[in-house]
Amino acid sequence: MEISREILIGMYSKMLLLRRFDEKVVELYRSGMKGLYHLTAGGEAVAVGVCSALSQDDYILSTHRGKGHYLAKGGDLQAILAEFMEKQTGCNRGKGGPMHIIDPSVGMLGANGIVGSSLPIACGAALSAKLRRSGQVAAAFFGDGAANSGVWHECMNLAGIWKLPVIFVCENNFYQESVPVSRHSSIQDLYARAAGYNIPGYGIDGMDVSAVYEAAVEAVQRAKRGDGATMLECKTYRFHGHSEADPTKGLRYRSGEELAAWLEKCPLKQAKARLLERGWIADAELEAIDQRCTQGIEEAVNFAKSSPDVPAEWALKDVFTDDQGEICHEGC
Amino acid sequence: MKDVNYRTVVAGAIREEMERDERVFLMGQGVQAGGSYMTCEGLFDLFGPDRVRDTPISEDSVVGCAVGAAITGLRPIVEILYCDFALRAMDQIANQAAKYRYMSGGRMAAPMVIRTSCGYGASRAAQHSQSLESMFFHFPGLKIALPSSAYTAKGLMKSAIRDDNPVIIMESFQFYRTAGPAPEGDYTIPLGKAEVKKEGTDITLLAISAMVPQAMKAADSLAGEGIDVEVIDPLTLVPLDMETIVNSVQKTNRLLVVEGGTKRGGVGSEIIASVVEEAFDHLDCPPSRLAVPNTPIPFASNMEDLVLPNSASIANAIRRMLR
Repeated sequence: MEISREILIGMYSKMLLLRRFDEKVVELYRSGMKGLYHLTAGGEAVAVGVCSALSQDDYILSTHRGKGHYLAKGGDLQAILAEFMEKQTGCNRGKGGPMHIIDPSVGMLGANGIVGSSLPIACGAALSAKLRRSGQVAAAFFGDGAANSGVWHECMNLAGIWKLPVIFVCENNFYQESVPVSRHSSIQDLYARAAGYNIPGYGIDGMDVSAVYEAAVEAVQRAKRGDGATMLECKTYRFHGHSEADPTKGLRYRSGEELAAWLEKCPLKQAKARLLERGWIADAELEAIDQRCTQGIEEAVNFAKSSPDVPAEWALKDVFTDDQGEICHEGC
Repeated sequence: MKDVNYRTVVAGAIREEMERDERVFLMGQGVQAGGSYMTCEGLFDLFGPDRVRDTPISEDSVVGCAVGAAITGLRPIVEILYCDFALRAMDQIANQAAKYRYMSGGRMAAPMVIRTSCGYGASRAAQHSQSLESMFFHFPGLKIALPSSAYTAKGLMKSAIRDDNPVIIMESFQFYRTAGPAPEGDYTIPLGKAEVKKEGTDITLLAISAMVPQAMKAADSLAGEGIDVEVIDPLTLVPLDMETIVNSVQKTNRLLVVEGGTKRGGVGSEIIASVVEEAFDHLDCPPSRLAVPNTPIPFASNMEDLVLPNSASIANAIRRMLR
């Protein structure tokens, strides 16, 4: 597949947005923004490559590291920053925060704080699309750690027997928090497991956005043809620690040399080099893209800051759709 | 009104709802063959493999599938044969289904039903005889219904399927062999309204699920001794009809809660605590619980009989409280 100039520039721009967004989150977090933040940096190509192959009404299910997936799917910068900053205008109205981003308007059915738990929800969304004959597909992002959860194996089997229009996107960043894949998995190429469920599995260079995009397009086509699920194992790396609660960038369990080698493979660097090499972009345009990203984020920060705080009493709403399940008696 | 078998009523309620609303579908192990307790008989022939889906024994992912289908516009029903097996799916039930509405700030809903059984008294031992309603009861965001008759099985099932929230329906497997009056055609029983099974003035006896017939039997035998028992079946634990319970206690001034689950952390503990908070001044004696002592359920029938409340132990407890 020949990727067009327009698509590659679009994907590069999205990846840069994710990177600049991470940088802003770090800045806000260091100046007191609350929450547990698992950053995308290093993994942009997976989020953007997959989401670029999806339509607006296709579904994604995500992980604790879900900010990049949401923005790559067309998520709203203002709504996500307002959520982080505990504002009424937040995408979850202040009840989710960074690990639970939900925005059905762009098909983001939920990030998830429990490893592996979004996988069956993606299968269910895919089943729903199939039963409704809507033609939608569901992409489920998960890490190498989730591939060892029981529910992952259950889901691969379910998707196999029911031929669900689902794409299992494994972001293998080689570490389950601090535990290396060599110690937590019996095999190192996780995609090989897909064969055991009669699902095609592919190992993809997760630092190359074009490679991810091409594989995702094929997986989407397979799903829409009615031929069922695909597993894409994208080998990638996180440039930060597991979360921003670890300011050492994970260097207590991985080496500086290893990190440096992966930084060389930065997906943004690679995409930019390809654009320049093909003469598809000029320096001025690169600069303009960067400015647009930064400006969009600044505007979103200002929007969030000027939004009203969530009222504390909202904590008692939305347990049930009718809000009558729990009768709150006087004094409780 | 003629008597209808409980399990036929369950299948009939599901059938009517599937006819009424094409978004409703059923998943479970063995449902195409009618279900292990034959509570889904005939549904596969009527609706086919898309809407009556056999599943692998993968409770976690099947319930998760229901969550995913529910948040994208369908209304799934999942059958989990025994509530003991639902422990395998507790992440999806408690962390996902129960919290979707809340975590999304009211933007999404998960309208789904999990049908499961609870029960005892059949020598099925510790992993097929639990009544785990108190476990579901703990998590905000789940509604819980425990129909105790053919009539309530149908009405509550229909309300649960039409509800926009996750609802757990726990059917005691003792009831599957019973029959009772249930009207043909459409009717619902609201979630959150208790049923006063028998009016009385001396004590409020709150009985849950399979304890309802035991409570009625105890009330009958006590009537011969001049003790007038008011029997209440809450029908749903969430929402819980505290108004009916408190009104009754204000009249009788005594409360006994009887359940088939473990005493410690049980449903009775919570209900009594709430009654004490709301109607302490009306109580003439300490409210009491009858439940399984803090043991698993044993196999041998004489041991099982010992740990589970029954009409005789209920009557004895009431005599003690009125002494």
